[in-house]
Amino acid sequence: MIAQSPLLDDRIPAGPIQHKWSEHKAGIKLVNPANKRKYTVIVVGTGLAGGAAAATLAELGYNVLSFCIQDSPRRAHSVAAQGGINAAKNYQNDGDSVWRLFYDTIKGGDFRAREANVYRLAELSAGIIDQCVAAGVPFAREYGGTLANRSFGGAQVSRTFYARGQTGQQLLLGAYGALMRQVAAGRVSLFPRREMLELVQVEGRARGIICRNLVTGAIEKYAADAVCMATGGYSTVFYLSTNAVNCNATAIWRCYKQGALFANPCFTQIHPTCLPQSGEGQSKLTLMSESLRNDGRVWVPKQKGDARPPQEIPEAERDYFLERRYPAFGNLAPRDIASRAAKAVCDDGFGVGSTGYSVYLDFAEATERLGADVMRERYGNLFAMYHEITGENPYQRPMRIYPAPHYTMGGLWVDYNLMTTIPGLYALGEANFSDHGANRLGASALMQGLADGYFILPATIADYLADHRPDGLGTDHEAFTTAAATVEERTRHLLGVNGKQSVRDFHWELGRIMWEQVGMARNEKGLRQAITDIRTLRADYWRNVKVGSADTDLNKNLEFAGRVADFLELGELMARDALERVESCGGHFREEFQTADGEAVRDDPNFSHVAAWQHTAEDKVPTRHTEPLDFEYVELTQRSYK
Amino acid sequence: MKIEVKIWRQAGPTEPGALATYTVDDVLPDMSFLEMLDGLNEQLVARGERPVEFDSDCREGICGTCGLVINGAAHGPQQACTSCELRMRHFDDGATITVEPFRARGFPVVRDLVVDRSAFDRIMQQGGYISVNTGSAPDANAMPIAKEVADRAMDAAACIGCGACVAACPNGSASLFVGAKVAQLALLPQGDAERKRRAVAMVQQMDAEGFGNCSNHAECEAACPKSISVDHIARLRSEYRKGAWAALRRNEKRNDQR
Ligand SMILES: Cc1cc2nc3c(=O)[nH]c(=O)nc-3n(C[C@H](O)[C@H](O)[C@H](O)COP(=O)(O)OP(=O)(O)OC[C@H]3O[C@@H](n4cnc5c(N)ncnc54)[C@H](O)[C@@H]3O)c2cc1C
Ligand code: FES
Repeated sequence: MIAQSPLLDDRIPAGPIQHKWSEHKAGIKLVNPANKRKYTVIVVGTGLAGGAAAATLAELGYNVLSFCIQDSPRRAHSVAAQGGINAAKNYQNDGDSVWRLFYDTIKGGDFRAREANVYRLAELSAGIIDQCVAAGVPFAREYGGTLANRSFGGAQVSRTFYARGQTGQQLLLGAYGALMRQVAAGRVSLFPRREMLELVQVEGRARGIICRNLVTGAIEKYAADAVCMATGGYSTVFYLSTNAVNCNATAIWRCYKQGALFANPCFTQIHPTCLPQSGEGQSKLTLMSESLRNDGRVWVPKQKGDARPPQEIPEAERDYFLERRYPAFGNLAPRDIASRAAKAVCDDGFGVGSTGYSVYLDFAEATERLGADVMRERYGNLFAMYHEITGENPYQRPMRIYPAPHYTMGGLWVDYNLMTTIPGLYALGEANFSDHGANRLGASALMQGLADGYFILPATIADYLADHRPDGLGTDHEAFTTAAATVEERTRHLLGVNGKQSVRDFHWELGRIMWEQVGMARNEKGLRQAITDIRTLRADYWRNVKVGSADTDLNKNLEFAGRVADFLELGELMARDALERVESCGGHFREEFQTADGEAVRDDPNFSHVAAWQHTAEDKVPTRHTEPLDFEYVELTQRSYK
Repeated sequence: MKIEVKIWRQAGPTEPGALATYTVDDVLPDMSFLEMLDGLNEQLVARGERPVEFDSDCREGICGTCGLVINGAAHGPQQACTSCELRMRHFDDGATITVEPFRARGFPVVRDLVVDRSAFDRIMQQGGYISVNTGSAPDANAMPIAKEVADRAMDAAACIGCGACVAACPNGSASLFVGAKVAQLALLPQGDAERKRRAVAMVQQMDAEGFGNCSNHAECEAACPKSISVDHIARLRSEYRKGAWAALRRNEKRNDQR
């Protein structure tokens, strides 16, 4: 029996799953339209989740303050999403439905997400596409003028909508446009080039934030009636990942340290088709769209250390390891499975490339079958990008790929209303933990970000605001002064260390530990080692880091230094969470728990729950709380992609 | 590889700036241009000097955050390539490379290679959207849009808002940036209702921000990392003419009624 923590009231409405959201919405308290403008809501983040939320809240009449790190909201990391966005429109008449999308998401997440949340997500998905089309998002279309779809990430129906390879960009520009319209209407104030460095609570409620102005270095205070975190994921804890270099965990980490519970931190997704690492100076790994796996065959030489160029290795001497191990799904096996298989062959010494850490993705067979022109039409952009980055021509020799950290399913714990355990503090998009369980399906993050931002938060926040009337709280309240002083002290401390090692060196080392021990395959010994190593590294950081120039105005190295300090704490929590979850599920693969063929083995009786961590004190082990997951509508099965 | 870089250093918007010369050793041909600069900054930090400030985020050519003038060309020598995508293998060992910020009246320098492009947001605020509130949209397939039209709208929508067009233009014009958005929304039926107002309002804001006029140099298209076509500027002109004409007529009518 899994204990229900009293801190974790999920507030899931009663009733049949199909009616929960509509009935819940009907029961939500409303804020009088004339009063809405008296409420101020802070939205940190301008990606799909934050951009959509800020615009919609403003349309409803709230006074919104919108913050982001970039110089413009349009550059939030959502812009980089390539492949597409799922929605249960069933435009292809191939048997899709809200129910099927719900089921696929629950199963894809390896039964570690809440049924009610996931059902709502599937239910809202169709409306997202309507909204985006109305806003002018140029989705791909058929000759007849209707919207085109493709199948994605192993789904058996075609439910993915896309705009060339730039779906995230186009969706974000849609949300950004809506946001700009509200700025022009005077209902949104924009604060770009700001980094939130502290959450301000007054009488146990989230009432504001402290930011650093990244141009002037000024520490700024902002007060509000509610605060929303839409600050994205934390894959950059691994240093090298597919995420943008400014992605960070600082905002949600501050909230965690202020008492918001952090759920399933160890649930991370490693994407199988990324460009391999080439050298020490590398700053990020580039994702190659997963669609390549539709026509590419993954292989390594059968002979260890075979140095021949790939074209010269005969068929019989190649190991198409995905096809061999997963005959039914072959090269289209789910992300976690494909990633682990690639790492395993490389760890065993079969990898290719200068580092031995990559595998071939070969298009020769598809090119022969379909012709070079079709390949160019399908993948021209991707091939060109690969060519530019690696200097190798994929029309002539197979690509080399390797898995890379890509997405974090974990995040701030939220209830059905997207509220964290701190009243008035909400989390949406990748920053929360809610809908993807232990593994996210391709094209579902964009869907979740927009569902949260356009539809869920703007409805649920009223329930809270209606009970908490504006009280004229200003930033002169002492809570703001204290929080600002904490931020200033932390900055002084960082600049004051003035040691010998660069911020990047520490981040690199943390990334190495995380990748080796808290990456796609984990075990007890490695995780314990990781905890010790991270603690040592963290202690060293505060003795030995060199931020360089002590300037407190525009100083990007100082920004990075603050983020790495937080990653050095988060990394430990991830390892701890992975250690305590004594089972394998989705992206969390514990080597001790696998079948003879290397499949994840879950432990449902003991671990069918959300693990949410509560910060206690600096350098103390945090408290682990559990929220049991009940499955009323789907039957728990073992995932099998054989 | 060993590279010599001459980099624009400027302490603030109103401070004078100058090129400073640095040597970067151990540059690998597969490194991106920005990774080469990262390496330089590591050296500067180790020496206790102030690192060179430059903007970047996605480092894969889609967010539009990076933007350097490299050897006199916005985003450097490669066609259809952002500064972050540019690889060092396109330079010779021992080469000297000049690196400057995007320069234009509409883009004041913040520090070193970082410029202020907030004018682009303000232009967008004047109409770079379709006015539709969340929740009021009809079914997405209710209005068919021919594939060619959707494709052309997508060609225009591919703009990443980096500002290379402005930096490359002898007049510092933002016409390609504005044209791309106006064209995208003019092509799509959803954007029709606001067409006339949009073009005029966005152009007026562009002028107010200090961007120059377009005199058909087409340097913008050549510098654009997404190869956005100058045809969109032609469409901007036509949309603007129609919009300005309609505004004139509206004013006349109003005057008649007085
Ligand atoms: C290369 C790549 C491709 C992807 N492709 C797909 C795909 O095809 N389909 C799909 O569904 N998903 C995809 N994903 C995942 C998806 O893009 C993200 O999960 C999603 O966009 C996250 O959106 P978000 O709004 O939660 O956060 P983000 O878009 O990451 O936005 C975060 C925002 O928070 C701000 N911020 C962060 N910290 C602070 C702070 N301390 N102070 C102030 N502001 C802060 C940032 O400035 C930014 O505005 C992809 C991800 C990557 C990396
Ligand atoms: S950093 Fe995003 S386009 Fe260059």
